[in-house]
Amino acid sequence: MEVTMSVNGDDVSQEIEPRTLLVHFIRDHLGLTGTHWGCDTSNCGTCVVWVDDEPVKSCTTLAAMASGHDVRTVEGMEVDGVLDPVQEGFIQCHGLQCGFCTPGMMLTARALLDRNPDPTDGEIREAISGQICRCTGYSTIVRSIQWAAAKERETPVEVGAS
Amino acid sequence: MQVPAPFEYERATSVDHAIALMERLGDEARLVAGGHSLIPMMKLRLATPEYLIDINDLASELGYIRVEGDEVRIGAMTRHRELLESNDLAAVLPIFRDAEKVIADPVVRNRGTLGGSLCQADPSEDLSAVCDAIGASCVIRGRSGERVVSMHDFHRGPYETAVADGEMLTEVRVPIRPHSGSAYHKVERRAGDWAVASAGAAVTMDGDVIADGRVGLCAVGPNLTNIEPISAALSGQAPSEDLYATVGQIAADNATPSTDTRGTAAYKTHLAKELTIRSLRKAVARATGQE
Amino acid sequence: MTITEPGTQSAEDNTNAVPTPTDNLNDHKPNGFGRMLRKEDPRLVRGRGQFCDDVQVPGMLHLAILRSPMAHARIVSIDKSAAEAHPKVKAVVTGADLAEHNLAWMPTLSNDVQAVLATDKVRFQHQEVAFVVAEDRYSARDALELIDVEYEWLDPVIDVRQALAPDAPVIRDDLEGKTDNHCFDWEAGSKDDTEAVFADARENGIVVTEDIVYPRVHPAPMETCGCVADLDPVSGKLTLWSTTQAPHAHRTVYALVAGLPEHKIRIIAPDIGGGFGNKVPIYPGYVCSIVASLLIGKPVKWMEDRTENLVSTGFARDYIMRGEIAATKEGKIRAIRTEVLADHGAFNGTAAPVKYPAGFFGVFTGSYDIEAAYAHMSAVYTNKAPGGVAYACSFRITEAVYLVERMVDVLAYDLEMDPAELRLQNFIQPEQFPYESKTGWVYDSGDYEPTMRKALDMAGYAELRAEQEEKRSRGELMGIGISFFTEAVGAGPRKDMDILGLGMADGCELRVHPTGKAVVRLSVKTQGQGHETTFAQIIAQEIGIPPDDIDVVHGDTDNTPFGLGTYGSRSTPVSGAAAALVARKVRDKAQIIASGMLEASVADLEYEAGTFRVKGDPEQSVTIQDIAMRAHGAGDLPEGIEGGLEAQICYNPENLTYPFGAYICVVDVDPGTAEVKVRRFVAVDDCGTQINPMIVEGQVHGGLADGVGMALMEMISFDEEGNCLAGSLMDYLIPTAMEVPDWETGHTVTPSPHHPIGAKGIGESATVGSPPAIVNAVVDALKPYGIRHADMPLTPSRVWEAMQGNHTPPI
Repeated sequence: MEVTMSVNGDDVSQEIEPRTLLVHFIRDHLGLTGTHWGCDTSNCGTCVVWVDDEPVKSCTTLAAMASGHDVRTVEGMEVDGVLDPVQEGFIQCHGLQCGFCTPGMMLTARALLDRNPDPTDGEIREAISGQICRCTGYSTIVRSIQWAAAKERETPVEVGAS
Repeated sequence: MQVPAPFEYERATSVDHAIALMERLGDEARLVAGGHSLIPMMKLRLATPEYLIDINDLASELGYIRVEGDEVRIGAMTRHRELLESNDLAAVLPIFRDAEKVIADPVVRNRGTLGGSLCQADPSEDLSAVCDAIGASCVIRGRSGERVVSMHDFHRGPYETAVADGEMLTEVRVPIRPHSGSAYHKVERRAGDWAVASAGAAVTMDGDVIADGRVGLCAVGPNLTNIEPISAALSGQAPSEDLYATVGQIAADNATPSTDTRGTAAYKTHLAKELTIRSLRKAVARATGQE
Repeated sequence: MTITEPGTQSAEDNTNAVPTPTDNLNDHKPNGFGRMLRKEDPRLVRGRGQFCDDVQVPGMLHLAILRSPMAHARIVSIDKSAAEAHPKVKAVVTGADLAEHNLAWMPTLSNDVQAVLATDKVRFQHQEVAFVVAEDRYSARDALELIDVEYEWLDPVIDVRQALAPDAPVIRDDLEGKTDNHCFDWEAGSKDDTEAVFADARENGIVVTEDIVYPRVHPAPMETCGCVADLDPVSGKLTLWSTTQAPHAHRTVYALVAGLPEHKIRIIAPDIGGGFGNKVPIYPGYVCSIVASLLIGKPVKWMEDRTENLVSTGFARDYIMRGEIAATKEGKIRAIRTEVLADHGAFNGTAAPVKYPAGFFGVFTGSYDIEAAYAHMSAVYTNKAPGGVAYACSFRITEAVYLVERMVDVLAYDLEMDPAELRLQNFIQPEQFPYESKTGWVYDSGDYEPTMRKALDMAGYAELRAEQEEKRSRGELMGIGISFFTEAVGAGPRKDMDILGLGMADGCELRVHPTGKAVVRLSVKTQGQGHETTFAQIIAQEIGIPPDDIDVVHGDTDNTPFGLGTYGSRSTPVSGAAAALVARKVRDKAQIIASGMLEASVADLEYEAGTFRVKGDPEQSVTIQDIAMRAHGAGDLPEGIEGGLEAQICYNPENLTYPFGAYICVVDVDPGTAEVKVRRFVAVDDCGTQINPMIVEGQVHGGLADGVGMALMEMISFDEEGNCLAGSLMDYLIPTAMEVPDWETGHTVTPSPHHPIGAKGIGESATVGSPPAIVNAVVDALKPYGIRHADMPLTPSRVWEAMQGNHTPPI
């Protein structure tokens, strides 16, 4: 079957098997390997991407279901050579170690800050609670997201560029 | 990585279209909404439908929460996140917010739906217990029209519901009564885990006594909808810790859990009591304006 | 970071302050040690890392593995014809096929053998039985369904306590003459001396005994294991992109197992999505992929799914321990003794130095100055997945520390003493270092009391105890748990330590380019620890070239010197020392060249931060960059000095290093539901010299979360038939951000006397030290129930069972 969708603002159209998972479509068909997968059962959140401005687990979504929708991946976070404040926050606050869960974490964080520009630590923890990081113990991820929130409060930026 | 077996994909554009597709494709077709129950089972090849009918385009038709008069109507395609965030719903049925806070995780809640959860009928699934406690009824539509069944009739057992081939769940209806309160308590091993056990309670007060009360249990055995002795024990009684304990004991007596990695049968039985007590206490507090 | 009593923290802890967009915390770039942002991060936050599954090679095929549904069964027949008929399938290979090439078995890291594909029988559920190679991964997966295997059920050995029963089925009948399930026995310390102390203590003091289970757990890195094998049919050269923490060790093992000449093997470890020990062993999937590429002449990719990772690859722990302490009635610990039953699964795949089959469990005497100690261990085979010693354990020190720190609390319980006071009065004293333990380990340096006091101050220990007392009077359950650990890391001295005959020394090469930039080549491999940053900092500290001007090359055996890899917290203690020393070699040569440039004698030069100056005439100076250009230029060099500015080294550590730390955990337990909430966690670590405090803190945080996982939720369990009950992340629970508190960290610095920069390693300290603190806290909370011990994982059900007097529930 043919699927057509916008990925990071680019229109893509491909012939695929109906059973193709969105994560495989993104990684293997489009070559966007910044999205990772970790568990098969939608428990780890490593595969999180946006579909229509909402984080979803792409290992448990069919590419066919995303057809006609807007998809955003980690590759779409940096705009015109400028990192998203969330990406910058993760660098500044050591919010990543191996970097495997990081793309999904950052996309969820971006969605949180778009809805709640001044989250509490507890709200951040709740927002990322469907995503597992095995390296950081989460405190530095919380700090990273707070860093981005603080930066955006000082310098409002255009977000959601996909 | 785990991948589903091959299937054909169809996308329904309306309820009528979905029903027509089901009729044409027969019993090897399955509906997929959020997909967070079905797709993992397909990846494990425990489910191998030949056809998948995607009903996500029905979100506009079946995604709604309408508080109208003495009834709440919730469309089957309403996402968990919408159930969690709806202030209108929380005002009349706070049990939904209690439960949705602890169902799966925020990202899964962006996709998972009320209808999908109820139709999966997993014995550890929270919303069935919620809907049972609040006396919900389910609207099932097929080619020959609509029928409305109580939760008791809807829930046939583990992974089995009253929805027949060619039919789909379209709406859940919940009566709203004045002086009512509801609450849900769940014990999970970790955020996002299925319940070790949980209990939901709903009460309607008549002055100082409970006119009507119900408890729904989750993960402590099959067929725990509409536990009649609980409703009987609550009816006409003034709320008290003794009453909650008595009712909690009835819940425990009706529970038939099994020991697994989530917990021992003895512990789950204990939780049936403990969580029933907590839910009742909170439901009464809400009904009497103490919370 | 929440600091309860700011006044008690020393200024140095501010290195771990939380950055904000308006401060300048990250603005200064250290030309050496200090907080520095990671060089890895710019690519990783853009999704531009390259992990194993990101590797695409033209013509690449995909491999999938068929696994056994049974734990113990004879293979009667395998019919692969239907799978071979699948239009996209290129090959279907069974154990019998491999046996024709003498490849059906491979050596493990403990000199045992393990089946690559089962030939005679399967010995654990999910053992590898056959593989399929197909054009795409979906087809490979589909074709597995088409292989028909007939099994004949054999009774499995699942309960480790039954493994040595006379009538137990023999699992390893592949080993000639094997008639039982015994794997090995091991002992340490003096049995007689220890018994003498215990006999005396039974008369005049106190003896406490407790049975303690450290359940089987799994590292479960977010990236599963996998590889791309590309064996060039013309040159015969194998390139293997592989999720390995030890690329050089793997190269040598492949040479031995596959008979490939070692110079024709290149192992590339790309970015690794977490290792934690899981990516140390060689798994059958890697060997299958190599064989497939050899047979088909095309590159072959294999990536585990999550289930395969959890059910078949290197697990950790699985020790049943009886602990005993002999002490005086006043609380002086005199002797520690333990009897251990170790479950090694179907094949002994333990990664440990050859002379140490129980790893470094011998440090079970902990941080205490005692009279005698003795351990005896029986290791057995069971019908469970093989592996062992993984998951950030410092070679079984996790088990050892849990044993001793749990037992000290048991003693405190019986003596009705405060557990902090009990520890303080038994510590090895600073003047006793280097301290030889009663099991023969020489602790390099330590000053335990200040570290413990600092943790107590940070936690506000006295106030916490007062709060606890007040809460108990209201029926609330609050617990305070302490652990004090000493680790032994940085394996290890060549005279004592090898794996499969390979000594545990590490090479390092440093080249300074003409323009003063440099490349350093390492044998170790980062899995998230930040080697590309910290090793550049080590070089910078020694020769003054800024870290950003130093490229760190690692994870490619064709381009790095030999060494044994990253595990057991050994990167900083071993390769970190190698990096410092290779830089000093370069500096020594640079000083000679500088003497020529400055026309002064070598002895008249002094060095500081990348500049050599003439003593007494500081205007006369040259920088390392000037020297680099001269070294590669056309001008004269001092007599006997070759051009170029580079060096290499192979560092053989003189001893292990012994990091330590004091951890305090505060929990609240719901008396009605038995749910445990970790409210606070204070960790004061001493890893000697810190290279990058930001990274040190991150390493500690991650290990603490691991500890919460093991203490409260993680367990690989099996039913009576040997079915693994933790085959997905739905069943094998890993903590989320909701179960862990905001960590409160501090540190003290006691350098290692024998390490060139005094660093001790930090990678596993928190994983080792945190589980006992958490369990001790939960048990402390349950004190009103008269509970002295409860086994991990302390899920709500298991806590509730403990409250009913059942500390080892059935599941």
